Amino acid sequence: MKFDILKHKLVPHHEILKEKEVEKLLRTYNIRKENLPRILTTDPVVQAIGAKEGDVIKIVRESPTAGTSVAYRLVVSKGIE
Amino acid sequence: MSKTTVNALLKRGIKKKLAEKVAQYYTLKELQTIEYGELEKKIGKEAEEIFNKLGRKVEKKKTKVKKEEKERKRETKAKKKVKKKVEKKKERRGKGAGKGAGKEKKEEKKKKEETIEGRIKRILKEKNEYLPFSIIEEIVEKVEKNNLQDKIEQIVEKAVEEYNNHLMEPFEACGIVAAQSIGEPGTQMTMRTFHYAGVAEINVTLGLPRLIEIVDARSEPSTPMMTVYLEGAYRVNKEKAKEIANKIEITRLINIAQVETDLGNMRVVVRPNLKVMSRKNIEIGNIVESLKKLNKVEIKEGDGIIEVLPQQETYRELRRLTEEVKNLKIKGLDGIKRAIIRKEGDEYVIYTEGSNFEKVLELEGVDRTRTITNDIRAIYNVLGIEAARNAIINEAYATLREQGLNVDIRHIMLVADIMTSDGTIRPIGRQGVSGEKGSVIARAAFEITVDHLLRASRRGEKDELKGVAENIIVGQPIQLGTGSVELAIDVKKLSKVRK
Repeated sequence: MKFDILKHKLVPHHEILKEKEVEKLLRTYNIRKENLPRILTTDPVVQAIGAKEGDVIKIVRESPTAGTSVAYRLVVSKGIE
Repeated sequence: MSKTTVNALLKRGIKKKLAEKVAQYYTLKELQTIEYGELEKKIGKEAEEIFNKLGRKVEKKKTKVKKEEKERKRETKAKKKVKKKVEKKKERRGKGAGKGAGKEKKEEKKKKEETIEGRIKRILKEKNEYLPFSIIEEIVEKVEKNNLQDKIEQIVEKAVEEYNNHLMEPFEACGIVAAQSIGEPGTQMTMRTFHYAGVAEINVTLGLPRLIEIVDARSEPSTPMMTVYLEGAYRVNKEKAKEIANKIEITRLINIAQVETDLGNMRVVVRPNLKVMSRKNIEIGNIVESLKKLNKVEIKEGDGIIEVLPQQETYRELRRLTEEVKNLKIKGLDGIKRAIIRKEGDEYVIYTEGSNFEKVLELEGVDRTRTITNDIRAIYNVLGIEAARNAIINEAYATLREQGLNVDIRHIMLVADIMTSDGTIRPIGRQGVSGEKGSVIARAAFEITVDHLLRASRRGEKDELKGVAENIIVGQPIQLGTGSVELAIDVKKLSKVRK
C-alpha cells in the first residue's frame, strides 16, 4: 500500500460487523441486509480493511450536528442491479 | 469534559487519551496554577508529563505529599471499615430497612466515582432513551460550569423530552423539505453568480454553478483546485515548501525556454532561460533528458542552445515537432497548472490550480491526513465513498456559506446520503436519483414523459402506486404523514367506553 488512507480526516472510522452484531442490527430496525445503504467491493476503504462481499460495515461518522453518528453499509460487488 | 481544554492540551503536545482524562477534572487555567500533588492524586504518574508539557516545574514536595496521601487513605479506609461494620450491624438488627440504607449508600458512592458523562449515559440506559453525543457533551459542560451535579437526572429528562420533540415524525417528507430549503436560497444565488477570486490568486467557481456541479456529480469540476498541507520540516520552512510546490506545479518547456522554428536549417531551436530555470531548480540536463524521450528526433546540444532535428525533413513535420517541444513536460504533475504558497498561522500551505489528488498524496512531505481537493470524484476514487460523502457535504455547505446563505447542514447531509447510498456517486436528476425511480408514472411526471410511458408500455412494466407522484396522478391519498397511517378500532373496547 502506498499510504494509509484510513488516517485521512475525510475518512471516518470503518469496521467490519460480526455476524451476531449484524443479526442484532437487522432485528432492531426490522430490515433485511439488502435494505442497507451499499459500499462497493472496489472501494479503497473496503480493500484497506479487508472486507468481503456480504459483510456489513459499521461507520462511525463525525457529525457536525450529533457529535458522532453511526451508519451501516452492506458490501456489494456492483451498484444498483 | 470541555472540548476546548482537550484541544488546548493537544496543541501542547499531550496525547489525546491523557488530555481527555485531565480535562474531566480541570480546565487549562486551573492546570497552570494547580499544585503538583493535587494533580497527581487525580491522574497518577502521568501528572509529571503534563507539567513538563505545560512548561511548569515539578515541585519536590512529592514525597511529603505521597506520605500525606497515604495517611489520608489509611484514614478513609479505616472509616470505611467502621461504616461497613455499622451498616452490617444495622442490617442484622432491622433486616429490611437496614439493607435499603446500605444499598443507597453504595449507590451514592458509585455516583460520586462516576464522571458526569458516565452518569448521563447510565440514566439514558435506564430510561431506554437516546441522546446524541454532542448534546451529552454540552450537558456535561454546563453542569460542570454551574455545579448542577445533583440535578442531572432532571436535566437529562428535560433534554430527552426536547430532543424527541424535535425529531422528524415518521413519514414526514424530509426530502421535499430539504429540496425546498436548499432551493429557496438558490434563487438568491443566481443573481450574484460571479467567479470570485477565491484563495490566493486562484480563481474558483462559486455560487450556483458550483452547487449544480456538486449535485450533478460531474466527473471533474470546472475549476479544480487543491489545498496541500505539509508535514515535518516542510511545514515550517519556506524553502522546503517551495521545493514541493516546484515538484507538483507542471513546468513545460515553453515556460523556461524560448522555442523557435528555424525554417532555413529545418530545425527547432531551444534557448533555455537560465534565470527562470534556477528559480525552478531545473538544469539543462533535465531538458535534454526530456527531449530524448521524444520519438524520431535528433538532439544537438551546445552554445547555450539545444537543437532538435526532425527525421523527416518536411515542413509539416517541423511544425508538429515545434508544438510538441513547446508543450513538453519537464517537471511536475499532470493537471496542476499553478502552485501558490501561503502562510497560514504557523505553517505553509500550498494552493494549486488544477488537481491531481492521487499523485500529490504519494509525494514525500505532503500531509496525507489533511490534504484535500475540490474534485469529489477524485476523493471517491482515492479515499472511498464515505470520504466522498463528507466532501460533498463540506463543498456544498461551504459554497452556500460563502454566499452568505444559511442552510441547515442536515438538509445537505440528506442530499449527500442519497447521492452516495448505493456505493457510487449518483447525480441528482435525470441521469441519477430521479431517473432511477421504481415507478413509471413518477419518472414520467419528472422529465421526458412520452419516452418513459412508451418504453414502459413496450416492456409491459407494472406500477405499484407506492410513491407520492403516482398516487396524486391517480387521485389516491398519498403515503405521507397521516396518509400512511391507518386507523383500527377495537369494537369491544369501544363498547366499554360508551358505558
